[in-house]
Amino acid sequence: MQWRWEWTWELLPRFLDATGKTLMAAGGGYAIAVVLGLVLVLAQRTPFRPLTVVVRELVEFIRSTPLLLQVFFVFYVGPQFGINLSPWTSGLIAIGLHYGAYLSEVYRGGIESVPKGQWEAATAINMSTVQTYRRLIIPQALPPAISGMGNYLVGIFKDTPMLSVIGVAELMHTANAVGAQSYRYLEPYTMVGILFLAISLPTAFFITRFEQWVRRKMGM
Amino acid sequence: MTEDMSQYPLQLEGDNIPMVRFQNVRKSYGALTVLDNLNLDIDMGEMVTIIGPSGSGKTTVLRMLMTLETINGGVIYVDGEPLTHMEKNGVLVPASPAHIRRIRSKIGMCFQHFNLFPHMTALQNCIEGPVQVLGMPRKKAEARSLELLDMVGMADKRDQYPSRLSGGQQQRVAIARALAMRPKVMLFDEVTSALDPEVIGEVTNVIRKLVDAHSLTMLMVTHQMGFAKDISDRVCFFFNGAIEEQAAPSELFENPQRERTQQFLNAVLEAN
Repeated sequence: MQWRWEWTWELLPRFLDATGKTLMAAGGGYAIAVVLGLVLVLAQRTPFRPLTVVVRELVEFIRSTPLLLQVFFVFYVGPQFGINLSPWTSGLIAIGLHYGAYLSEVYRGGIESVPKGQWEAATAINMSTVQTYRRLIIPQALPPAISGMGNYLVGIFKDTPMLSVIGVAELMHTANAVGAQSYRYLEPYTMVGILFLAISLPTAFFITRFEQWVRRKMGM
Repeated sequence: MTEDMSQYPLQLEGDNIPMVRFQNVRKSYGALTVLDNLNLDIDMGEMVTIIGPSGSGKTTVLRMLMTLETINGGVIYVDGEPLTHMEKNGVLVPASPAHIRRIRSKIGMCFQHFNLFPHMTALQNCIEGPVQVLGMPRKKAEARSLELLDMVGMADKRDQYPSRLSGGQQQRVAIARALAMRPKVMLFDEVTSALDPEVIGEVTNVIRKLVDAHSLTMLMVTHQMGFAKDISDRVCFFFNGAIEEQAAPSELFENPQRERTQQFLNAVLEAN
């Protein structure tokens, strides 16, 4: 089997287009996860016990079941309850929910790394709980959380192929389609691998630099 | 066991109300009683020092007053008003967070381990409370905080982060940060215990200045007996969760009445 360069170049625009879709799925899902994770972790820290227990169990449930199952669940089970969502919406919800649960654990680690004395100092200058989180706890919880958040950013990106199974036209979906038409899989899958690598590696590098920059900026 | 709350006044009245009153205050962790029926008045402008062996509950007194610990019985009054409770239908009930915040604004505290905000410079640490909590314009907060940093000898370090400051310097910034909130009562919880011996003086000197210059009411826990003797109006010796003896420093240190006080002072003197 020979590598066909000409065909590769021919396919490239289509794959670049699909890369854009992959980035949109990863970015959109991550945006949901970042916000949802914060909601999930803060809900677990309210004094209202039933809420903390329910959210805690929800996070455990999401983290203990496969992403693929969650994607199928939202896309196929939803309609049976009258919730009809497009593949894109279903995919973003599933992936955002899944990674939101993981990110909430990263945030929790960050928040718990802030010394108790910071809360006490906040009380001593009479700050409210909201002010304490916004001004003191979250800014200090962020630097130690960045590397974990970065890992999951790369993770969500690499998990976007899961969305191909419900028909989101991202990279994997495109490669499958090309393969099925031409019966040649070498070039499409190789291209997918290279494109993923071309994005993952610089992203990981950038995250490390960003973490260093934030720590310096915050005087730590 | 529910307490009969009708024995506690809704607020303190009269000519000479104390700045702080602990009335029958009890604190326990499960079965362990840390403070048993504490009664203590601190007058306006008074400097009261608490000494005693570790585990005697002295830090707990400060932490309850700062509302870092909840109490299990009794009432704490600040400036004539209940701090831990509020009036509802003519009796005192446990205070709401809003009530606690209103009364707590009169109290400031410095900690053994400074607890400066590490992601803020010295000046930012000081203006944080005034700007965020009191809603003071930033310019005004900065001007006032600079005066306070100057008073504690830290004006030239205003743009340094805490990680770049020594322990003594951090503690002086922490004092300025607490004063920036204009408290009526200042609490010092072993503020020199975590410091190297050679920098203790720079912190005690700042507290001396406060005693001289302000009409602040102060409550201090310390192991520095010489310092306590110098600047206190009154010294309370705590033992086993209760006040064993209290008197003017000259009396308590020169002529302690109780055996436990004598033993404690002898042990401390020997150690030095």
